[in-house]
Amino acid sequence: MKTPSRLTRSIRDLQVRLTHGPAAYALAIVWMAIGLTLVYLSPRSLVAFLIFISSALLIYYLKLSNRAKLSLAILIAVVLLPIIGIRNIFYLEVAFQISVFAALALGLNIVVGFAGLLDLGYVAFYAVGAYLWAFFGSQQPSLLHAVPGTAPPGAYFLLPANMFYLFVILGLVVGALTGIVLGLPVLRLRGDYLAIVTLGFGEVIRVLANNLDKPLNLTNGPQGITPIQRPTLPAPLLDAVRVVLTPIVGRRVTDSEFYNLFFYFAALVVIVIVITVARRLDDSKIGRAWTAIREDEVAAIAMGVPLVRMKLYAFAAGASFAGAMGVLFAASRTFVSPESFSFMQSIGVLSMVILGGIGSIPGVIVGAAVVIILNLQVLQGLSLFLSELRQSDAVIPIINFAWKDLSNQLDPARYQRMLFGIILVVMMIYRPAGLIPAARRKSELTKEDFVEPLEANGQVKNGSA
Amino acid sequence: MALLEAVHVTKRFGGLTAVSRMDFVLDDGQIVSIIGPNGAGKTTFFNSLTGIYRPEEGEIHFDGKSLVGLRSDQIAARGIARTFQNIRLFGSMTVIENILVGMHTRLRQGMVHALSRSRSFLREEEQAKVKARELMGFAGLSGVGDELAHNLPYGLQRRVEIARALAAQPRLLLLDEPTAGMNPNETDEAVSLFRRVRDELGVTLLLIEHDMRVVMGISERITVMDYGEVIAEGLPAEIRGNPRVVEAYLGRGIADQVAA
Repeated sequence: MKTPSRLTRSIRDLQVRLTHGPAAYALAIVWMAIGLTLVYLSPRSLVAFLIFISSALLIYYLKLSNRAKLSLAILIAVVLLPIIGIRNIFYLEVAFQISVFAALALGLNIVVGFAGLLDLGYVAFYAVGAYLWAFFGSQQPSLLHAVPGTAPPGAYFLLPANMFYLFVILGLVVGALTGIVLGLPVLRLRGDYLAIVTLGFGEVIRVLANNLDKPLNLTNGPQGITPIQRPTLPAPLLDAVRVVLTPIVGRRVTDSEFYNLFFYFAALVVIVIVITVARRLDDSKIGRAWTAIREDEVAAIAMGVPLVRMKLYAFAAGASFAGAMGVLFAASRTFVSPESFSFMQSIGVLSMVILGGIGSIPGVIVGAAVVIILNLQVLQGLSLFLSELRQSDAVIPIINFAWKDLSNQLDPARYQRMLFGIILVVMMIYRPAGLIPAARRKSELTKEDFVEPLEANGQVKNGSA
Repeated sequence: MALLEAVHVTKRFGGLTAVSRMDFVLDDGQIVSIIGPNGAGKTTFFNSLTGIYRPEEGEIHFDGKSLVGLRSDQIAARGIARTFQNIRLFGSMTVIENILVGMHTRLRQGMVHALSRSRSFLREEEQAKVKARELMGFAGLSGVGDELAHNLPYGLQRRVEIARALAAQPRLLLLDEPTAGMNPNETDEAVSLFRRVRDELGVTLLLIEHDMRVVMGISERITVMDYGEVIAEGLPAEIRGNPRVVEAYLGRGIADQVAA
């Protein structure tokens, strides 16, 4: 038998001590505090932000009580991140994008992860929601007979801005209905065929958005619809938040920053709802039926699982959240155009699900965060760094290469997709179940006689040390 | 009383008639086996009964009602459960979850209840888990409930499949080569489990089986199929001496040589 060396043993011992018990709490808080201080001192530093955001991941991995995990996560998402975001509005944009795509990825996860239905056109439902509010929440209804791109006088808003709240719910319903309408004919297909049809559907919706400016100008074609109304924020609330935020930020918070905050929180609310719905459905006969269908359709149907109906549930649930997020997206950007709903967007959301861990709720959120941070920050940051080097007189010493001569083609932001491809391939080889793989629920043993193997190990090690 | 009655059931695949005008009657509470050489149409007949295939001709009545045209899940809900020739468990689900899937048609609480976590939903889930554990005890699976199904040894996987089928509270259980690949010990245990399923749960059993020791030991009646047709039907003793059955198993050429 191979005995581990003293060094590896003491490292492992340290690891166990740090991730269990009171030390874990201290570690979580210290790490978070360091990240926070760094971001506070240098609001533009990418490294500082990454350290701060990684504290959320650290909290997930440490052995803390569930209540502690939850309250720390809420602290980060609801208090710290918005404050950091107000100080540097770019971070708020990052946080908003993460929350939007996390919500979308969680919705897609119900379809792909739980029920195993490969949906390559998920963004179509997002587009349906977005165009729903884009049409009714803009002047478009009064421009039906206008030439696309012109704004004749007398254009008016059909609905008051605060109908937005109603339309978030409507987006949910319309998304679900679209899912059912598409699903009914399509869900009899299996695997690859379903993927191809959903892919086609995604493109159909985009092309419709592109071309429905004639004969009636419904979508304003490729130019997209703008302006789209945002809900009015109640003034007393604004003032109250301002009183709290102004001393922390050190200046007056503008209205547009408030809108960013508002939509960030709205997306958070949707995320909480998606997670609740997903978990509750997953832990019921519907969720078990989904897993059964994913594993073996023939066995599932022979056990009495109605295939088409269960698949429709999954499709409708996933689509409804995309619809609601679409409404939110349209309002937050005040602009929608067909470009936002390309095939690559569907693939992007799907890659978040795969990267994070198919079927795993925490995994999918992490997947969304990793993809967005990689896109918006790491690659952009590298590009910026390279272009600064290019403008400087710096020279690589030994090979005598001047950064000035570096080709423009070598811009990391241009290699986004390639990098993604590489990451996905590497993931599929070394961690095919994703960053945080989905776990099956334990249910036979009751809580008292249930001892997690890792914890048991830790106790033994602590005892013997 | 006939629990299951199949009249002139015919299933074709292109030019091949896998099951040809098959008549079959199964009485309530019996243990009956279907035997026959490979390719005789036994599994196709099972698949026609459970709605996985739709027979081109014929009538199937279960408990006095026609099954033709119903989907598999509707047939399962009527009370016919089955296992598969090559085990088809939900591999990455735990054993207890596999059994809970079997209860799908017996659980009343739908989407709204699942979302609202109503008291009736939680009660039903709890009862379902208790029942699943009972079934695990019945099938000799105690203690493996939280194992993933594909991590279990082969013999236990067969038992899980039977427990999952029983979870649907069937009146008729179809077992497709349930002892294939088992050693003699495991086979004996399986046979006693089949007996208990019938004796203690009152479930009628229909088996497809190749192991003659099992067939002769457990069956109350035997139906022999060859080339999609029933060539013999009767008590085990009658089947054993039937020349057509010997011919079907040994091959016509050899049978002719023996005759000549």
